[in-house]
Amino acid sequence: MPRIVSAKKPKNLGYTVRRLLSYMGRHKFSLLSVAILVITSVLCNLAGTYMISPVIDNLVSGGGMPALTRGVAVTAVIYVIGVISALLYSQIMAYSSQKIVYDIRKDLFNHMQTLPLKFFDGHKSGDVMSYYTNDVDTISDALNNSFSAVVKNGFQIIGTMTMLVVLNWRLSLIVALSYACMFAYVRYSAGRSKEYYKKQQRSLGELDGYIQEMVAGQKVVKVFNHEKANLAGFDERNTDLQAMGTAAQAYASTMIPAVVSISFLTYTIVSLAGGFMVLEGLTSLGALASYLVFVRQAAAPINQFTQQSNFLLSSLAGAERIFELVDMKSETDEGQITLETTDTGWAWNDSGTLIPLRGDVRFENVDFSYDEGHPVLRSVSLYAKPGQKIAFVGSTGAGKTTVTNLINRFYDVNSGRILYDGIDVRRIAKDDLRRSLGMVLQDTHLFTGTIRENIRYGRLEASDREVEEAAHIANADSFIRRLPQGYDTIVYADGANLSSGQRQLLSIARAAVANPPVLILDEATSNIDTRTEDLIEKGMDRLMEGRTVFVIAHRLSTVRNANAIMVLENGEIVERGDHEELMKQRGRYYRLYTGMFELS
Amino acid sequence: MGDFRRLLGLLGPYRKDIIIACILILVETCFELVIPTMMADLIDIGVANHDIPYMLAKGGQMALCALLALATGLAYARFAARSAYGWGARIRKAQYEKLQTWAFSNMDNFETSSLVTRLTSDITVMQNAINNGLRPLVRAPVMFILGVFFSFSMNSELALVFIILTPVLGIVLFSIVRAVAPLYTRLQQTVDSLNGVVEENLRAIRTVKAFVRGEYEEEKFSAVNGSLYSTATKTNSRACLNLPFFQATMYLCVILLMYIGGSMVLSGQLLVGQLTGFLSYVMQVLNSMMMLSNVFLLLTRSLASAGRIERVLEEKSALAEKPGALDEVPSSGVELRSVCFKYVEDAPEYTLKDISLTIEEGQTIGILGGTGSGKTTLVQLMDRLYDTTSGQVLVGGHDVRDYSLHALREAVGMVLQKNLLFSGTVRDNLKWGKEDADDEELWQACDMAGAGEFLRRFPKGLDTDLGQGGVNVSGGQKQRLCIARALLKHPKVLIFDDSTSAVDTATEAMIRKELARLSGVTKIFIAQRISTVMEADRIFILDNGRLAGQGTHEELMAGSALYREIYDSQIKGGTL
Repeated sequence: MPRIVSAKKPKNLGYTVRRLLSYMGRHKFSLLSVAILVITSVLCNLAGTYMISPVIDNLVSGGGMPALTRGVAVTAVIYVIGVISALLYSQIMAYSSQKIVYDIRKDLFNHMQTLPLKFFDGHKSGDVMSYYTNDVDTISDALNNSFSAVVKNGFQIIGTMTMLVVLNWRLSLIVALSYACMFAYVRYSAGRSKEYYKKQQRSLGELDGYIQEMVAGQKVVKVFNHEKANLAGFDERNTDLQAMGTAAQAYASTMIPAVVSISFLTYTIVSLAGGFMVLEGLTSLGALASYLVFVRQAAAPINQFTQQSNFLLSSLAGAERIFELVDMKSETDEGQITLETTDTGWAWNDSGTLIPLRGDVRFENVDFSYDEGHPVLRSVSLYAKPGQKIAFVGSTGAGKTTVTNLINRFYDVNSGRILYDGIDVRRIAKDDLRRSLGMVLQDTHLFTGTIRENIRYGRLEASDREVEEAAHIANADSFIRRLPQGYDTIVYADGANLSSGQRQLLSIARAAVANPPVLILDEATSNIDTRTEDLIEKGMDRLMEGRTVFVIAHRLSTVRNANAIMVLENGEIVERGDHEELMKQRGRYYRLYTGMFELS
Repeated sequence: MGDFRRLLGLLGPYRKDIIIACILILVETCFELVIPTMMADLIDIGVANHDIPYMLAKGGQMALCALLALATGLAYARFAARSAYGWGARIRKAQYEKLQTWAFSNMDNFETSSLVTRLTSDITVMQNAINNGLRPLVRAPVMFILGVFFSFSMNSELALVFIILTPVLGIVLFSIVRAVAPLYTRLQQTVDSLNGVVEENLRAIRTVKAFVRGEYEEEKFSAVNGSLYSTATKTNSRACLNLPFFQATMYLCVILLMYIGGSMVLSGQLLVGQLTGFLSYVMQVLNSMMMLSNVFLLLTRSLASAGRIERVLEEKSALAEKPGALDEVPSSGVELRSVCFKYVEDAPEYTLKDISLTIEEGQTIGILGGTGSGKTTLVQLMDRLYDTTSGQVLVGGHDVRDYSLHALREAVGMVLQKNLLFSGTVRDNLKWGKEDADDEELWQACDMAGAGEFLRRFPKGLDTDLGQGGVNVSGGQKQRLCIARALLKHPKVLIFDDSTSAVDTATEAMIRKELARLSGVTKIFIAQRISTVMEADRIFILDNGRLAGQGTHEELMAGSALYREIYDSQIKGGTL
């Protein structure tokens, strides 16, 4: 299974950071004020601490009680400013960091909606979920904790460095060298552990997908006593994740002790070198003591800095995955022609020229394959005149579903073309094309919400009355009314509280409420018992009146009333005609039809 | 907290690692505390006395300590990471094992998306608690105790100042933690509902695209995204109050000490050097409290996750196995005695009402009935996917509850209505039926199920990759593979729950003919098409949860108006 995390661009750190910064750029003002407030708070902290020495000096030089009170008062004011800035920046940051994450999630989801079906065919839903559950999370954590910390510690490092150089430039050369060592190490180990983090995220995604699949397939698992084998599969992925996680974390957590130790070594060398300088008379003992205090202070922000870069690292790996998805090519839509409502009905608008929508669909020598080298449709030509009912018949896998997938451009033809009212479907804007087609898919997907909301999915502005009428046409009305809360009964995504027949009735009602000129029915009636189906059929006849209908059905009565029947075999139309003609031909259709009586 | 402690019980062999990691932190902290005193000696004694050998000796000792600190630090990194991820993996496994023992009624108590989060992100939170929390958790108390000790030994009167302020800070930090804790639980719930929306969208992406509902979905997402935003900001803005409060207390402490200490210096009760030293210890004590409060926030967040994980581990399977359960199903007869069933206890109506029926060994049975008449429910009781609400289900002469689940399900094979194949190859999927099946057996089962014909056309045959949920085969092909998978199990009772609905009639007839050759196996067909069950030894008709008729085709044609009605409608309509 190909994954989005490709090895193609392993070290696109710069790009990822730029992208992330562009999200932060939308909150320029907030982030700028955070930076200023952070710096103010650091300055106040330093200044307050610095005040201690003049106050004490005053005591030593005999300034007395008034001087002490004054000094303490000044310190208090500085501290109050410091606390207020800390309060403000942490609050602002709490809000803007969540807004940034909100934006990222929004872009991620919205872009996902535009991706072609191929993407969803090729990615496990658990893998895709992992973008939301894991990757966005790490970014959110990093922003919450790391942004202000990085500004704060960066500023502290610069401040301390300046102080060091001013106090003793010779010794500062040693300190500078040690800083360089620390950063070099951090950079190196950051690069290494980023690789591990990425592997860890990948293992997590895989485990996610596995759990999802097995939870969804619990019934099959139980029926086949497959719990143990399942556990083995889980174990394998779980162990994999454990190994990757341990490696990544073990690598990342060496950073702090390494930096701390380098700073202690520096401390040692500076003490010794400073000691010799005192002996040589290059500096005083007092100056060396205060210099050493600063060297010791310098270690803390570097420590923090490295710690925060840990968080940033894992978030960058997540961000990289997210941006890879956001950068994926959307479903192409070069269509310009739009759908319009006119007084007389719907019409195509071809740059000003209105062509009435009639529902005339033609296939001209259409070839198609999902993967290269495996042709699914070969040179298929057919036409449906407005109001005609075209039925597809053939064994499973013959390409019936594919034909309908091409009409609504879930996929595009490889060669040949499909004309809709004389217009190549590729010239029609996809959304408008699909809006003109009603679909009842093979699998019914319901959304968590009321029955009413689920039917209204077909046309959002439908009134309650229209929803109920549509349900009535699909003969779903009677079962819905028997439910405890009627139309307001909540159904869940997997529709566990409805039978598959009932789900299909809802799907038909959904198409009915959409009221489109062209209908595509894909094996919609196969799971409904005959008595219910009889009722549906009558409603469907009403619904199909005046519409062009493509139907893939197992029921002969539906097929028999069709204007044209296409018998598909291995991606080719092997027979076509109406029921009588095909029966006379005594070919494939005849065999299918009579197959039923053989059984009895 | 209890949840967290119980989860710590899952550390197993990693308990040792955690303890070692803690000791390593202690040692490292000691080295760090020793180095400044050596430095003081180097300056105060070595430099002051121009004693170069002493300076070099002290310098050497410092370097040695630094290197030892590095070694313990690196060792800590390894042990901590190993224990955190080992622990996480063990929790995850415990949850997954638990999940495997559940009945479906247990499953219904959790949503799929929430189960997945409990096994992934919640565990990540727990791991982070160790990764980021362990170090400060061990260091902070050491710093605190040493700081208090040194400051008291220096000047007990001054120490009183911060002895008063410390509990105040403690109470403030504690109340922030308490205010934030329930918010974390709510935050996680919001995250769950966001994931739910994404998951639904992924599952129904074809519907979304067919109805051009991209924008509608975006709005739906935007709503949950927005509520996650507001919950998260509320939580974080409260949680980050602890920094300014801490600073305020610390600064207050410093100012008071400067003032009181300064006065004491002026009145000659205190030396200047003592005051500066005292201040640095106070900082150390307060810093350690801050560290602790951060750890507690981290732990609070993980407590919510711990609770969610613990709910999974606590959930008792609704299907209990009796001690000394039978591990062999002797024969293939099935009997239902006054069976009533409802899915939820407080449902107003029963799904199955007082059903009694007998199926003889080796019979072929048809079950007919309208949508929602209870056909699927009925057969799921035979495999004990659910237990009856009242009444008894007997397989092979014994109550299904008397068997071990494993034995019962080995003996009762079922092709489900909601057919599912798993990602992997055709072979991987078929082997679910029989782990050690060789190719010959696999092909034989495939041929019986009518799957051999199309599999041979696939260039990779049994090694064809099915993709997730079997997306690379059509509905009818999927059903045939599912039948083959069930055949490989060689069960005594074989149930087909409308499992040929997407297969064309010719193939279906062929499959049925093949299945008829399985002698001694009780075969139960649920079907929509009357042609599927017409030849059965006995046909049961269900209507709205009741048994509305039984008999052979001829008997029912003569005696059941309901059956005749179905027959007429299908023969007239004709079913392809």
